[in-house]
Amino acid sequence: MIQRADSVTCLLDVRAGFRTVYRPHETQIRGSLETIMHSETSQSSAVLHGVFLLVAFLSGCGTQPAQQTGSTTSETGATTDAPTTEVTSRAQTVLKVASTTSTRDSGLLDILLPKFEKASHCRVDLIAVGTGAALKLGAAGDVDAVLVHARSAEEAFMAAGHGVRHEPIMHNFFIIAGPVDDLAGAAGTDAIAALRRISEGKHRFVSRGDDSGTHKLEQALWQKLGGRPEWNGFIESGQGMGPTLIMADEMNAYVLTDDGTWLKQSRDFQLVPLVSGANDLENPYAVMVVNPEKHPAVNSELANRFADFLISEQAQNLIASYEINGQRLFHADRLAEESSE
Amino acid sequence: MIREGIQEALKLLLRLDEAVIDAATRSLWVSIVAVVSASALGIATGLLLARKSFAGRSAVVVMFRVGMSVPTVLIGLLCYGLLSRRGALGEFELLYTTWAIVLGEFFLALPIVVTLTHGAISRLDRRVFETARTLGAGTVQRSMTYLREVRLAIMLAVLTAFSRCFTELGIAMMVGGNITGRTRTLTTATALETARGEFASGVAMSLILLTIALLVTLVMALLSRGSEETEL
Repeated sequence: MIQRADSVTCLLDVRAGFRTVYRPHETQIRGSLETIMHSETSQSSAVLHGVFLLVAFLSGCGTQPAQQTGSTTSETGATTDAPTTEVTSRAQTVLKVASTTSTRDSGLLDILLPKFEKASHCRVDLIAVGTGAALKLGAAGDVDAVLVHARSAEEAFMAAGHGVRHEPIMHNFFIIAGPVDDLAGAAGTDAIAALRRISEGKHRFVSRGDDSGTHKLEQALWQKLGGRPEWNGFIESGQGMGPTLIMADEMNAYVLTDDGTWLKQSRDFQLVPLVSGANDLENPYAVMVVNPEKHPAVNSELANRFADFLISEQAQNLIASYEINGQRLFHADRLAEESSE
Repeated sequence: MIREGIQEALKLLLRLDEAVIDAATRSLWVSIVAVVSASALGIATGLLLARKSFAGRSAVVVMFRVGMSVPTVLIGLLCYGLLSRRGALGEFELLYTTWAIVLGEFFLALPIVVTLTHGAISRLDRRVFETARTLGAGTVQRSMTYLREVRLAIMLAVLTAFSRCFTELGIAMMVGGNITGRTRTLTTATALETARGEFASGVAMSLILLTIALLVTLVMALLSRGSEETEL
């Protein structure tokens, strides 16, 4: 009923228009937003959502580079620290450090890295990824130092010759959080007993399931129980600690978490900490210097200085006094007079 | 790494790896449900916007056009706010289910289908409208005529919406939760493998995703071949 020629020309026309209209210009914004999501600190209260979104969006675009690179202050000069004009004028060396998202999100490195940058006149680029990925980056020589908390994986890394130096720095504790009514009766026990009761009672438990340091510890605990039993309430989030905590809170489930992420996020959670400070929930951090013989590009000299700095008295004191929401988070390993709290 | 990824992908496919099949079918199911429902509403809306004039119409058109650029993580955040236990739809307990992903991807697909349908019909030769009217077609009949005229454009719109949904990560991660065996999709699986440092597996997952996308495109191209000479 209608002329064919017309419809064909018009279709071509439409497609030309279509090509110009549909372009993925959102990639950049999406990138920064994904960073916010993975920074595991953003989602807090669903009530304030509209406002929060805007704020997160705007502030995220602004702060994201600072977060990722540890501190770009000395480079850009726009800084809240003391003026660093001398450093800016100097040609800078860059130290690349791979660490985990939970280490970054604890906020401790925001205190430590600027100090080191100023003292060594360098810039530290922090690459915060999963433990597995951080170790991979180290093994590939893509970074100069690795700062993680997965002792057995660290030992394997050293044994494989990827690292030339391994320095314990600090430790904190994991906790098991759960519903207020604690139907499993996990409160006041140690981690093994808590996990046994949770699995025997077939209560909901959210696991990271991502081969992270936290997940590896959980697997080791199940191993001690003779293997993890299968039950319907066992959920693997396959995500970072922040999203996993939110999931556990939404599901009113038990969860194993590092206390840093917990302290940062738990303010409006309904979950409560049930097992904390248990001996089997220790979380030791260490720094490793990547082997320069395998990868000539690695800045080993600076990485060694970084390790020296982290075990120095100055850094150790900063670590021991670091607080989140009024609570101390880390126990410094290299401080002789550290009192056991 | 790329070569390892290709080998890994082949291995996973040949072995019919259960986890991969599971994630792939879920990805397909979620995007198809989302795109089909968004197309039903979106094609009608696009037609309406192109053929009915009302106050604020161009504002609505612009809104949908901008809607195509909304990042998926933002959609994910909004859906999370809606579905969270403390959110407006919290009582339905949809968070961390495949339906939550469907909802988010619906909002992702809708502006694409609306905008592209609207654009296609707006660009139709005026004689199409005139002819339809003079031949005395009713509203429904006329609408069907217009849609038939732009069917290839609509197919492209639907295909574009599908590719966006099938490959998006933000929504699936945020409101799906990447739960093993329940809400894991090919994209969240890729993200997980990457976080694990299993880069080759990550590449493999993406290659499988691309293969499926290619198959879908081919099927659509074959479907449209019967009526149109031009290739997709």
